[in-house]
Amino acid sequence: MATQAAERPAQTPLETGTPEAVVVRFAGDSGDGMQLTGGQFTLSTALAGNDLATFPDFPAEIRAPQGTLFGVSAFQINFGSTQIETAGDAPDVLVAMNPAALKVNLAALKPGGLIIADTGEFNKRNLEKAKYETNPLEDGSLAKWDLLAFDISALTIEAVKPFGLGNKDALRSKNMWTLGLALWMFDRDRQPIVDWLKGKFKGKPEIADANIAALNAGHAYGETAELSGPLKKLTIAPVESEPGLYRTITGAEAVSLGLVAGAQLAELPMFFGGYPITPASAILHYLARMKEFGVTTFQAEDEIAAVCAAIGASYAGQLGVTSSSGPGIALKGEAMGLAIMTELPLVIVNSQRGGPSTGLPTKTEQSDLYQAVYGRNGDAPMPVIASRSPADAFEVAIEACRIAVQYMTPVMLLTDGYIANAAEPWKVPDPASYTPFPAKFLEEKNAKDADGTERLLPYKRDEKGARPWIKPGTPGLMHRIGGIEKHVDTGNIDYSPANHQAMTDARKAKIDNIVVPDQDVALGDTTGRLAVVGWGSTFGPIHQAVRRARKNGLSVSHVHVRHVWPLPQNLGELLSGFDQVLVPEMNTGQFKTVLRDQLFIDAKSLTKTSGQPFSIAELEAAIGKFFNGTPNDEGGEVLPNAGQLPEPDSGYDDGSRKRPKGVN
Amino acid sequence: MNDMTPIQTTLKDWESDQEVRWCPGCGDYAILKAVQRTLPQIGADPKNTVFVSGIGCSSRFPYYMETYGFHTIHGRAPAFATGIKLANPDLDVWMVTGDGDGLSIGGNHLMHLLRRNVNLQVMLFNNEIYGLTKGQYSPTSRIGTTTPSTPMGSVDRPANPCAFALGSGARFVARGFDVSKNLPDVLIAAHRHQGAAFIEIFQNCIVYNKDVFNDFAAPKGAEDRQLWLTDGEPMLYAGGTKGIKLDLDTLSLQVVDVVDGDWQSAGVIVHNVKNRAIAHMLVELPFGPFPMALGVLYDDPRPTFESAVIEQNAKASEGREANLAKLLAKGQTWTVAPSAADPV
Repeated sequence: MATQAAERPAQTPLETGTPEAVVVRFAGDSGDGMQLTGGQFTLSTALAGNDLATFPDFPAEIRAPQGTLFGVSAFQINFGSTQIETAGDAPDVLVAMNPAALKVNLAALKPGGLIIADTGEFNKRNLEKAKYETNPLEDGSLAKWDLLAFDISALTIEAVKPFGLGNKDALRSKNMWTLGLALWMFDRDRQPIVDWLKGKFKGKPEIADANIAALNAGHAYGETAELSGPLKKLTIAPVESEPGLYRTITGAEAVSLGLVAGAQLAELPMFFGGYPITPASAILHYLARMKEFGVTTFQAEDEIAAVCAAIGASYAGQLGVTSSSGPGIALKGEAMGLAIMTELPLVIVNSQRGGPSTGLPTKTEQSDLYQAVYGRNGDAPMPVIASRSPADAFEVAIEACRIAVQYMTPVMLLTDGYIANAAEPWKVPDPASYTPFPAKFLEEKNAKDADGTERLLPYKRDEKGARPWIKPGTPGLMHRIGGIEKHVDTGNIDYSPANHQAMTDARKAKIDNIVVPDQDVALGDTTGRLAVVGWGSTFGPIHQAVRRARKNGLSVSHVHVRHVWPLPQNLGELLSGFDQVLVPEMNTGQFKTVLRDQLFIDAKSLTKTSGQPFSIAELEAAIGKFFNGTPNDEGGEVLPNAGQLPEPDSGYDDGSRKRPKGVN
Repeated sequence: MNDMTPIQTTLKDWESDQEVRWCPGCGDYAILKAVQRTLPQIGADPKNTVFVSGIGCSSRFPYYMETYGFHTIHGRAPAFATGIKLANPDLDVWMVTGDGDGLSIGGNHLMHLLRRNVNLQVMLFNNEIYGLTKGQYSPTSRIGTTTPSTPMGSVDRPANPCAFALGSGARFVARGFDVSKNLPDVLIAAHRHQGAAFIEIFQNCIVYNKDVFNDFAAPKGAEDRQLWLTDGEPMLYAGGTKGIKLDLDTLSLQVVDVVDGDWQSAGVIVHNVKNRAIAHMLVELPFGPFPMALGVLYDDPRPTFESAVIEQNAKASEGREANLAKLLAKGQTWTVAPSAADPV
């Protein structure tokens, strides 16, 4: 093990005692409650005033067989006293509740990092399930890391003994024991977790007490372990944040809240049509509990019905919204065309996942950009906007509602599996700080014939190119709309060449002329050697990579585009101030194509299509290639990163990629 | 909506300024007139009336009505109509579909519209053919129908629209045909029904499937081949000389002769629109040995989907304040205080 020991850094972040940021990964069996542990640890981190970003990583199987490699569920959190933008590349601390969790996550752990393992689960049976021939806790194979291995299972059973639970029930508190230890390690207050447990098990005080006892026992164990082992208490200073009220928020929550806020700003009731699909269902779940805000949710029979019902509701005067992920969005395509043709407001949220087809339901990708921008029959222009982080999704959802209502058009809002599930602190905004955009409905006829007779022209456009919104039920304004080409003013069926030309032009001009804010530079100067242009959830890793590159003196800036279609008017001019443009994307280069086409610039593509987010290191390396003096090595493909996140389907004996159960 | 104040209109008030573009002689003209005749009778209000359709010849219907109209996409009219009714339950919605639109591409949506019991009228024009795409066989075409896509005759068994509707959970199922003088009565009954009212209207496609319903719809001998059902009346036809009996041994319907109008002793049963078991038998009666069962076959209302949704939304909102600022700040929060360095 001498060679491995030599790989250890002189001093790890943990050994300094006051690191700027720490990455902790809780990993266990899907039944071990790791997501709950992670969620509560996140809360305590937020309450301690650290900035943070999290990434839950759970198996596609609803109930994967216990102890198996593919049943491992993990939750990673990066927190610190400086600005945090990503869930972190590699963990400093890995909590492994069983052999499978250790095996799947070990490669990601930083050299010199700390492993906390439950020896109680490292028995023969579990070692076999994890395909270990010898016990890694005993065979010296972990020498390059610090190891703290002890029987968490037995200690938990001991701690909850007074509550008279059977062993099986007692072991359910293992995650709270572990959380207690983690709270000790990072010097955190236990009280919020105690309050939460009391609330969660309101009807079952003995369960609450058992969990609290386990939490306290884990915490107390920290004191003991410190004396004898590698465990140290670490203090991470609070981050300097803007004053104000904060909470943590996931992307799915932020989209839901943003839609509610958008509907309120439009002064409209909201109708949400959805169909269950991973990872978009969470939005339907949140909105179903917000009925007092004038929200009607409708779980339709399929994706098509979900969007059609939303369009029907928009036609009747509400703000129609639908949401799905790639495969469902594909099904909605024809109906989106009808919304474009009938010029009705509609917001379509796409929580992207790996594709094509069923693809990778629980993994993230940005590969639906072509689908969003180009993916309909006919010349069917539609605005597309993308959120860059969970908190940003709130703003973007409001923006989607604004464009839909003001321009009488469907709008595609792109988010992804990473944003939907990840959490970050959010400075709670004041709703009064947003400018309302109340919807206007036509109440009387809007034109006059030569002889002065009043007339209704359902397709007469305003200065924005939008037609009037006319609610059925309005006296005297009866009219017919539909998917057949319509006359430019009357909306009556009209197939004539001149009319189709005029309507195609009008639909295009309306979208092209949508007023979108000028593009700013997220980090760095407005001119320079290199602009790294991103969109969507790559914001975090790009931002950190550009920050590090700038610290090293490189002339690089970060530009992050929210308005994918139409692009901000000044984007071409802005990018022309840089010698080179790099576009990192979790797809094969889709936004790069749009930029090349729309701006006629030689954008270089950096792609990653392994279902994993970019790591900061990968982007730093890609930036470096523009400054290393070697010609023509820029851009290209980032290979799957075995050390980053667990392989989605590892562990099948026959190596096959079986279809995950319970995932649509 | 029969709970709204009836308003006075004439047939002319319901005609739009659009030129009707169905083929000359198409059964759709007769249905259009029947609907335009019916709406004044029920005191409907054009401004509150919405015709929603899918795609096909029948789905052009909304353009010809001086009401609100939405000509949507193929097969999906039920979903649009559901959204419209949930957004504004006060609208009086009529859905127009065909055998291809409603039972082939849109079968799924029609099933869910009926089981949810959205309060609207569904008129399914059944001509047993695809007209607008030039004459391919449809899901209701009989076995052996020769068309461009089935040059040797179709081999698949046809769907039965009323059986489909009943099986999907519809609480109102009726039948009529394009030129029938009884069609307005069927439409009136459908409109009176609170909930999804399904009406199959046999419609003669003069170009691609001419006179395919002549066996029972032709005026000559019609009374021997049509069984018009009326709630509370015995199931009699052929001028009262024949009737329908329930055979208790086989639990099936039978044709019986009625002598001197004495239907009771012949065992003829009285039509009860709330009898779901008999309704299942009526929709399945094979034409030939039996007459074609027409009129209101089944009518037994249940609470509507939108009323349940509205009730639940109201209950969920009860005593809860729609305060966005509070909603945003929900859950566990923390406050970052201004530091001394911050400008006040």
